[in-house]
Amino acid sequence: MAASYAMYQEQILEHYKKPRHRGPLEGATHEARESNPLCGDDLTLRLRVEGSGRIEEARFEGQGCAISLASADMLAERIVGKGVGEAEVVSPRDVQAMLGIPLSAVREKCAVLALDVLRQALRRKAPGSGT
Amino acid sequence: MARASNLPLQVPSIKRDFPIFERTIHDKPLVYLDSAATSQKPRAVIDAEADFYGRYNANVHRAIYELGEEATREYEGARERIAGFVRAKSPNEIVFTKSTTEAINLVAYGIGVKGRIREGDEIVGTVLEHHSNHVPWHFVKEHRGAVLKYVDIDDDGRLRMEAYDELLTKRTKIVTVAHASNVLGTINDVREIAKRAHEVGAVCVVDAAQSVPHLPVDVQALGCDYLAFSGHKMLGPTGIGVLYGREDVLAETEPLLGGGEMIREVHLGTSTWTDVPFRFEGGTPNIAGAIGLGAAVDYLAKLGMDAVRRHEIELTAYALEALGGLDGVRVYGPRDAKARSGVVSFTMEAAHPHDIASILDVEGVCIRSGHHCAQPLMERLNVPATARASFYVYNDIEDTDRLVAGLRKVHEVFA
Repeated sequence: MAASYAMYQEQILEHYKKPRHRGPLEGATHEARESNPLCGDDLTLRLRVEGSGRIEEARFEGQGCAISLASADMLAERIVGKGVGEAEVVSPRDVQAMLGIPLSAVREKCAVLALDVLRQALRRKAPGSGT
Repeated sequence: MARASNLPLQVPSIKRDFPIFERTIHDKPLVYLDSAATSQKPRAVIDAEADFYGRYNANVHRAIYELGEEATREYEGARERIAGFVRAKSPNEIVFTKSTTEAINLVAYGIGVKGRIREGDEIVGTVLEHHSNHVPWHFVKEHRGAVLKYVDIDDDGRLRMEAYDELLTKRTKIVTVAHASNVLGTINDVREIAKRAHEVGAVCVVDAAQSVPHLPVDVQALGCDYLAFSGHKMLGPTGIGVLYGREDVLAETEPLLGGGEMIREVHLGTSTWTDVPFRFEGGTPNIAGAIGLGAAVDYLAKLGMDAVRRHEIELTAYALEALGGLDGVRVYGPRDAKARSGVVSFTMEAAHPHDIASILDVEGVCIRSGHHCAQPLMERLNVPATARASFYVYNDIEDTDRLVAGLRKVHEVFA
């Protein structure tokens, strides 16, 4: 692939085409949904957090471009097994580093959508989770 | 199928009039397919603006010196040429605004929010409008209790004209419609819609942002009351738009902006307004923009709007066929190129519109992706976003070939 397609390097396409954390989540304790109407991106993130505060599982659903969906998958991968406190401090810069590519101002919004959803999910109990 | 040699416009020589085509994008020649968002500018327009600032810059209308007279003459000359371009009866029917959006807001305010609309009065729009022809009417609903109703589209992306039978009643006060859809390209039958509006005593407001740049528009033949368009989509500068209003309806429209330029007399606590159209142009206008738009109109008139229209039909027909032949590509809007303006929206199974646009950008091809400021239409089509290629006088068959080659690359990356 030509160097100019850097935005779509292997790892991003890998996460986009074969996401490991996409789909419904049984027994979710936390949930949030966020959209970017400008792009038509729409992400729901569900977390299962143990009593100790460890994130046991994270899964997302929704639609979006390769950048936003790959970010969601990579972010889910990064926080599983971590404590809530560690997930809370993930920054937009960390997301950029995970993607490993420079993004234009316009596309940066695609990349940080997943982070917005994560921050909200950490504060919002899933409906019917009872905890 | 169309070939470069028999296109109505001589694209190679037109391209030489547009300095931007001298540059490259990522080391590739620029293919600009986003004129529905904003058009490129010919040197004549750029020079006209610079000439105003460099040679005869002065405020218009009241300066008692040569520079001011020259500025006023050119500003009003532009108004006359624009009136002629859309076949208005008089330059007094042409109001300069900053954009189509401001023009529609002027009408929504001038006959709606501050005008004669009462609670329960109805405004009939359509599902295919740009946000600029939705939101101003939301204001009228909020402030006056107006009821908003919408005409739907059929599977071919055309308005269900029979819906007007049911929706238009004596409660209808305003009927508003886009002359051409910025997403589907659909050219709507404004003449018929205006006639139907008048039958129930309503006024007809037309968003012509996507039609005046691309096809011959005759406001008298259309029979509409108001018609709004933007300079920057028709080779002119940004920051200048036009509201056409028939003289009698403008006289009954309240001004949006109070201030200098628009008054006859001002006393402490009260004021009276000057004549149409100046009462709608409060504040120092965009003089350079209006003069630039005058130059754009001259340029288009020289090409001939009939030729511009035929050129775009050829390009659109070619693009519809080329894109329709690609695997996993879905094209929206009327299948007949003659029923649409030079706008082709599409989606690809394998890739989100943003990703399509990013890959095409690397290939030097500029297209738009997203909701195109038409979220209600996106909802109606049940898509989050589309990619959109749009054509103008400087596009040729090769541009579509470059687009198609780019889409094959998108397929390679994502499939």
